[in-house]
Amino acid sequence: MTSDKIIRVSIWVYLGIFFAYLLGPLVIMSITAFNSPSFPRATPWECLTFEWFGALFQDERILNGIKNSILVGMGTVVLSVAMGLAGALMLTQIWPKLRATYYTIIIAPILIPGVVIGISTLVFWDRINRMLGLGADSFLSNGLFLTIIGQSTFIASYCMLVLVARLQRYDMALTEAALDLGATHAQAFRKVLMPFMMPAILSAAVLAFLASFENYNTTTFTFGEYPTLTIELAQKVRYGITPAISALAFMIVALTVFFALVNEANIKRKAMIADARKDATVGELAGKIEVPGLISRNPAAIALIVLLIGTVTVIGSAMTYSPDQCIANVQEQKRLETEKRIQELRDRRAKESAEKAAAEGAEGGATQTAPKPSNNSGFGGVFAPNTLQNEEDGAADEGVAGSSNNSGFGNVFDPNSIGNDSN
Amino acid sequence: MSAGVGVDLENLWIRFGDFVAVRDANVHIKGGDFFSFLGPSGCGKTTILRAVSGFLEPSEGNVLIGGNNMKGIGPNKRPTALIFQNLALFPLMKVWENITFSMEIAGASAKERRKRADELLDMIALPGQGDKLPSELSGGQRQRVAIARALCAEPDVLLLDEPLSALDLKLRQHMRTELREIQKRVGITFIYITHDQGEALTMSDDIAVMRAGVIDQIADGKTIYNDPATAFAASFVGENNVFRGKVLEVKGDQALIRTNRSGDLLSRISTANQGTMKAGDEAMMFIRPEALSLAPTGTQGDHFVTAKVNHEEFEGNSFNIFMEGDGGKELKVAIPNHGQSFDDHSGQDMTLEYDVNNAVAVPAGELAAE
Repeated sequence: MTSDKIIRVSIWVYLGIFFAYLLGPLVIMSITAFNSPSFPRATPWECLTFEWFGALFQDERILNGIKNSILVGMGTVVLSVAMGLAGALMLTQIWPKLRATYYTIIIAPILIPGVVIGISTLVFWDRINRMLGLGADSFLSNGLFLTIIGQSTFIASYCMLVLVARLQRYDMALTEAALDLGATHAQAFRKVLMPFMMPAILSAAVLAFLASFENYNTTTFTFGEYPTLTIELAQKVRYGITPAISALAFMIVALTVFFALVNEANIKRKAMIADARKDATVGELAGKIEVPGLISRNPAAIALIVLLIGTVTVIGSAMTYSPDQCIANVQEQKRLETEKRIQELRDRRAKESAEKAAAEGAEGGATQTAPKPSNNSGFGGVFAPNTLQNEEDGAADEGVAGSSNNSGFGNVFDPNSIGNDSN
Repeated sequence: MSAGVGVDLENLWIRFGDFVAVRDANVHIKGGDFFSFLGPSGCGKTTILRAVSGFLEPSEGNVLIGGNNMKGIGPNKRPTALIFQNLALFPLMKVWENITFSMEIAGASAKERRKRADELLDMIALPGQGDKLPSELSGGQRQRVAIARALCAEPDVLLLDEPLSALDLKLRQHMRTELREIQKRVGITFIYITHDQGEALTMSDDIAVMRAGVIDQIADGKTIYNDPATAFAASFVGENNVFRGKVLEVKGDQALIRTNRSGDLLSRISTANQGTMKAGDEAMMFIRPEALSLAPTGTQGDHFVTAKVNHEEFEGNSFNIFMEGDGGKELKVAIPNHGQSFDDHSGQDMTLEYDVNNAVAVPAGELAAE
């Protein structure tokens, strides 16, 4: 009895840790999207704000990256699913002795590092381009084309794996039956095999799109004039990130949850309809089947509705809510704090210079202040000269001093964002 | 009944690499007949069917349908429809869409198709089930849908590849009668593949018995049962007791055979082997269990067999006696049950009697596996 209880408790604890590990980063990231500080962080909580969503939709590069990612994603989906389907069909048709070898060859791109695929795509198509005597602005050296081709080389293998799984459950006699009933091979493919493969084709398409969307290491060699979202994000991180990225991440998470729930609710609904059909009489079948309590017995549908209501509420409140007052309060608080610190600093300096004067040391001031910012964080070092200068001047900007207390990261863009905030 | 379209196989050879699946098959199937290929699995009967339907090109020889050579004509251009062993109903289409698939290919409107589907559903006694999915039907219903789908294509020849093998016994027996009735109603040629001799005997006009790619005998069911041409045909179709031996003497259509265990026995020579069987040949003699009857113990003669009883069983309509037989096989005797008393004879010697006309002698050959 008690050991049962222990096991049950430990299972829950394990599940808790597992999901915290899995979902924790996403939750933290989502929280940062609504916090007002200009570096993404969940604590300390300052003000609820939606401005990062606004900032996201005003960022031309991010928007352009999303657009390119979607273009590349669509191209990759079409190409990879087509190639994957062809590869899968080939696998079922090929001479059995060759099958294992063929399988290995076609799976190989998954095992090859993306970087290698990226470089080789670039080199290969550049060769082709030159062989055909085309210029640097030709279609073959277009970033969109290269990225789609490069990503598809390995994403097609993923698609093939998904499609093969479904194809193995396909009864080749169905195609023969269609042929026997007068269909041509093309008709048999379109009317019998394709409908059967459709669920797998959709899964493969989603998989291909996601794999394309998140790809970085292949794309980084091939994007040319069409930087995708991942490329843009990576470039942004180099100069420091803002919670606008969190906002984007939050939206992606929300969309994922949304589609997962739609899918789940749909599966549940189909199962219920199938149940109802089983019990239905002939007469009911001819007409429409009434599925009782579609929502009442469908937890996914309920969750979906809750999610939708939540989204509408958030968007609605975002339209009317203004964090200005809160931000102003925080500003004020920070300013006071900073002033206090500056005052402390001045007092200390005064004390120090008094001591120095007493000890008649000339260089003491510089050597003592230099290590301080580098203790905070390596990142902060980038702007260390300014910081140092400010501090040495003794007339530090209030914002700089305030945020450098919280974290070294914050230095990165404080000057601008504070300026915006107070406007 | 219309004349129907006949099917001819001329010197048909089908090879897969070194393996010969069909060896020099010559078959003439009359139009409107119900013709069965009967044989154990792996004997090449399905291969023949696939050659007729066009999924397989013969290595040699010709397939003629209605007198036209089918060489190079694909399955979708042949006037045949095949009912697959697993039926191969399209799982994602409703029953009516399945049935009228051939019309969809031909470009018929949904309204026409619906109408035709309803007619055919009435014919196969499944009215109003058109909107179900195949997975929602029972085995027997799916069976009938497959038949309707094939018939909807209005083929000249319907090919059936062991379509009843997935059904349970009761349903199988019911479907036999039903298939035969449908065939009589539509009047087209049916070519039926089975390993079940009961199916072949009850439904067919003619049967071809196949063994390892070779057709042993083509005849109507009664002839195959009573007058088998080979040892295989005799042992595969129905239960049979075998006596091995050597021909001592041929008298007209009868042969005296010196059997290995049971002395000299007289037998009729099967029609196919009359004139060819001669003294000194290795031969096999077959007597059906129901053709044997009890005789006074110890009676000698050329139509009496004496053997030791191993065990007995009561089967309802008959008492079965199993005796020591030839070549490790038991000799089975079925005594019809008329309500007579029946003693246990286990361990004793018993003498059996048979009518020489009910025994049949064929050249020694391969027997069907049990």
